[in-house]
Amino acid sequence: MAERSFKKEIEQLRLGAGTEFRGEGILAITKALLENGVGYVGGYQGAPISHLMDVLADAEEILDELGVRFEANASEAAATAMLAASVHYPIRGAVTYKGPVGVNVASDALANLASGGVTGGALIIVGEDYGEGSSIMQERSHAFAMKSSVWLLDPRPNLPSIVDAVGHGFALSEASNSPVMMLVRIRACHVHGAFEARDNVRPPLTVRDALANPRRDTTRVVLPPYSYQHEQTKVAERLPAAVDYIKEHGLNERFGPSDQTIGLALQGGMYNAVIRALQRLGLANVYGDTDIPLYVMNVTWPIVEDEFLDFCEGKDAVLVVEEGMPAFIEQSLRATLHKAGSSTAIDGKGALPEAGELTGEVMLDGVTTFLKSRMPTLLPADIRSPNREDKSPRPDLADVVPPRPPSFCTGCPERPIFAAMKLVEEKHGEHQVAGDIGCHLFASMPPFHIGGSTMGYGLGGASNAAFDGGGEKRAISILGDGGFWHNGLNSSITNAVFNKSDGVTIIVDNYYSAATGGQDNLSSRADNPNKSTKHPIKKALQGVGVDWVRQIDRTYDVTKMHDTLEEALTTDYKGPKVIVASSECMLNKQRRERPKMQAAIREGRRVEKPKFGVDQDVCTGDHACMRLSGCPSLTLKTLDDPLRDDPVAWIDQTCVGCGNCGEVADAAALCPSFYRADLIHNPNRFDVWLARFRRRVIDWLQRRRDKKRLSWASP
Amino acid sequence: MTAKRAQLKPKAPDARLAEILKLAIFAVGGQGGGVLNGWIVDLAERNGYDVQATSIAGVAQRTGATFYYIEMLPKSDRRPVFSLAPGAGDVDIVIAAELMEAGRAILRGFVVPSRTKIILSTHRQFATVEKVVPGDGISDPEKVVEAVHEQSAEMLAFDMQQIAEDEGTVISAALFGALAGSGFLPFSVESFRETVQASGRGVEASLAAFERARKGASEGEDAKEAPVTPVSEGKEQIRGPASLIETWRALEARISALPDPAHHMATAGLKKVVGFQDAAYGSAYLSRLETLAKLDSKAGGTKKNFSFTTAAAKHLANAMAYDDVIRVADVKTRAGRFEEIEAEVGATPDHHVTRVTEYTHPGAAEVVSLLPSGIGARIEANDRLMGLIDRLVNRGRHIRTDRVGGFLQLYALAGLRRWRRSLLRHGREMAHIDDWIRQAEERLPRDYDLAVETLNARRLIKGYADTHARGLSKFDRVMEGIDVVDGREDAADWAGRLIWAALKDAKGEALDGALKTIRSFAEDKAVA
Repeated sequence: MAERSFKKEIEQLRLGAGTEFRGEGILAITKALLENGVGYVGGYQGAPISHLMDVLADAEEILDELGVRFEANASEAAATAMLAASVHYPIRGAVTYKGPVGVNVASDALANLASGGVTGGALIIVGEDYGEGSSIMQERSHAFAMKSSVWLLDPRPNLPSIVDAVGHGFALSEASNSPVMMLVRIRACHVHGAFEARDNVRPPLTVRDALANPRRDTTRVVLPPYSYQHEQTKVAERLPAAVDYIKEHGLNERFGPSDQTIGLALQGGMYNAVIRALQRLGLANVYGDTDIPLYVMNVTWPIVEDEFLDFCEGKDAVLVVEEGMPAFIEQSLRATLHKAGSSTAIDGKGALPEAGELTGEVMLDGVTTFLKSRMPTLLPADIRSPNREDKSPRPDLADVVPPRPPSFCTGCPERPIFAAMKLVEEKHGEHQVAGDIGCHLFASMPPFHIGGSTMGYGLGGASNAAFDGGGEKRAISILGDGGFWHNGLNSSITNAVFNKSDGVTIIVDNYYSAATGGQDNLSSRADNPNKSTKHPIKKALQGVGVDWVRQIDRTYDVTKMHDTLEEALTTDYKGPKVIVASSECMLNKQRRERPKMQAAIREGRRVEKPKFGVDQDVCTGDHACMRLSGCPSLTLKTLDDPLRDDPVAWIDQTCVGCGNCGEVADAAALCPSFYRADLIHNPNRFDVWLARFRRRVIDWLQRRRDKKRLSWASP
Repeated sequence: MTAKRAQLKPKAPDARLAEILKLAIFAVGGQGGGVLNGWIVDLAERNGYDVQATSIAGVAQRTGATFYYIEMLPKSDRRPVFSLAPGAGDVDIVIAAELMEAGRAILRGFVVPSRTKIILSTHRQFATVEKVVPGDGISDPEKVVEAVHEQSAEMLAFDMQQIAEDEGTVISAALFGALAGSGFLPFSVESFRETVQASGRGVEASLAAFERARKGASEGEDAKEAPVTPVSEGKEQIRGPASLIETWRALEARISALPDPAHHMATAGLKKVVGFQDAAYGSAYLSRLETLAKLDSKAGGTKKNFSFTTAAAKHLANAMAYDDVIRVADVKTRAGRFEEIEAEVGATPDHHVTRVTEYTHPGAAEVVSLLPSGIGARIEANDRLMGLIDRLVNRGRHIRTDRVGGFLQLYALAGLRRWRRSLLRHGREMAHIDDWIRQAEERLPRDYDLAVETLNARRLIKGYADTHARGLSKFDRVMEGIDVVDGREDAADWAGRLIWAALKDAKGEALDGALKTIRSFAEDKAVA
């Protein structure tokens, strides 16, 4: 089960015509899929579209009722390959993943799918992870759409527009026999809004029906001579068909007066930011009625050339608002105007920055710059020629406000793994460490500073391939269980076995694909009614020929973790050495266990609850424990003691008693400050009797000593 | 066309634009920012507003900084176009769920004096970079509080985390209560309550925190009243046999003969030293301090507010009450500790039983340090023997001090206190103190400030085992550095900088850099 449950929200998926749907963008997309007769859905999770997969997983009942097949695909490539069902069968299929990393993984299948073309509508929903809050490299999925002749929708970021785009996406795909990609940015994925619902539609042909009546069409296969034909068909038939559909159904929109001599051409996704800039300049009202003509490209590929030329007719200058680089759209539009011999000037990058997110400020500055140079009379006087600096100096807090990058959660089972690695490094020096994608990549940040690369999901081991030959020290690579099953088993592990790698791989197994939101995977320990789980990673490793495998079932045992790692780094064994370090993701464990524990306490059952603490008189305030932890609950406390210059360690109430700090203090022989306090709720009579007896003896001993010395106590 | 163009003149922005309420939430992952976001959306819809909310969660849900943004406008027959991201200087209400996050909002330009009202919780949730510093890495909260005062149109600040903790819920409920009490939104308190009630989970605790924070907000609590630093723990009472208390009073009386500015520190120091060993040890501390105070006066201490004596009172106490095994065992077995732990975990003796496990890891060095000086030193010189002892003792030991057996182990160790002054460790510590004080004394008449810094360098020695060894080595390097600059006019500045650098990072990279600088100009001088 994923970390967030959508059981409440998915009831909205049953809404019928005439009712209003309220919720997040992602949920709206899911509803739109059902309203448009989708036959099968799948994908691979990842921010910002993880919730789409989670919603689908929670909505299996509704999907079953409609005859819709849901598949949690092993990777984005697998998800895209699933769209093969729409190649020969007139069934609508939709998959989702994040862009551009998911699109990168998918690109092989995507190119093949697009070459042969589709019969049923094939829609790929890409959560474009770009700008603030992104966790990946900053690139665009746009290039993939261009090179594979996949049409790219970039709808205005409001629920009705996004929902419309889903319907048009399927229809456009069918009209042009091409897959369609729909791009939704982070904020649009999470935007809360409303739209008018329609009835869900059962797919006219279900995948079960299709299985009963197989079809094939050799011309769809990507093999010569057909592959040559596909390339021609793309430009001769599919593109014109797509353009016709886009024009006929008005997918791109025009707003504002038609007779103005300047205008803006923008990606649909940029619409709200552009309107806000115009609103602030007095050029649009709250409803978005604008004085400046807008050409809103809800389809950013292909470019509908005559539509754009028509928009430019009579205009002296047009600003192209395009986020990210390279400026594919601007280049295409410039070329279009050039070919047509138009005299309309294009502004774009220059007025707007070459790279980076077009945030509120950046957009306002860009539009202002454009207007200043092209039609200054439009601007309010104070913007045209500001005679005073309108921004009062902001207090400089850059050195005061600490950075707060994401890190391991309280009680995270991955923390002790990296604490052990740090201890090994203290003894054996630094090693070449390759990271991967997943929570464990946070180890590259303070306090651990371990690993300096991430080449892709499941590629941790593969990115150490150059060091497979070995050397004075062994290279270490890290993989998560999510990455292991996504791609790692093949690309990293079998590669290491085949190439006789001498390296060490640590598989961080937290029972989930945790970083994407705690989805189950093959080795998850949960009972999942719809999926097959509990396939041990160790068996898979042995199956592909890894002979040196060490399974650790409690990562919090820092000493064992340390010793095992040391053994892997120093053993005479030649060949890949893999340590599977397993303990359950604490975030997911707490979400499951905490309510149960609270209920048990309420019901009067005996419950032991551990928490760690620090003796502040023993702690000397060196914080070595924190340099080996970074746990949010292990924090600082300033004492009211003039003798103490430095704050001491303190464990706050969010501690879940995982044991890491005690284990680390023990393994690193740091200090004796830590204690564990097990609080027994609803103790039985024996517990109470024993505790009282012990306390009486201890009290006597303490009194005995205090008779002969001075001590101080709070009154 | 030209005619039309002429008609287009600059206009003031649409008046309704000013009616859009823009609200940004700055939080740390895990604080329930998403819940608060959802509540505000529900509240706005409940009050007949069109509302749009977005969030930047991503991987930031795992303890990183998170951000939510909401726009709302009274409903009309058309839907407004809202922005998905705030513009700098274009936010009406900022809610910061932690003090430094308020600073982040200011840094990003979302708080401006002309319009932004801010609600912030004054508690701190320290960032990793603040925690890993071997010294004091805590960011200065005053700078943020000042900046908020200066930059916001209105500010509402108190510790909402405490309220949430008291009521057994998360801060989102308290923040929502503060928002209700602030009157920053044109909605009735009742509709706020309805929203919380409709959320359906942990409603009771949420409402309790909501009400307390709402009250706090409407009564106008201020950051100045809110404790940014921990409150004082109050005066402690002395306990012990009458004869010893009498001795103590005599010791206390000697403090009044010391220079006034040092009284407070000397009292704290004396307490620590007596608690560590006994009254005689306290007397030794005072004798030393008295000698140093005399030298201080001679060196013109009056003009320097006797900072030499004060520094000595502090660091000498810490040096004399060194962190040995006996002290640790003593702290862990002293009366009152068990009750403190029970309070820490929220145990009430009638309803709970608490078990306590100590995490200790003694090594050969610790064990041998407990032997009498002579034998100890001989064993320590024998590597093979030390190795053997290490193999015997060096492992993690988890001791249950709520059990009689476990308690007795530590109790017995603490009992070694009686013989402490004849043990190996003690001799070593005393020699170290002598050497260090001698250097400070020697510098005092020549360079008062440098002498103070010489005392302050003692701050670097702390911790146990390897940490202690690292501290000692840093201390030695700083003392060497001080030797190099000794005689320069700015020697004290440099000494202060060396100590500061030594506390910057664990490996001592900053210290290495500072030492290199010092050596380079020392060489220049030699060449010249």
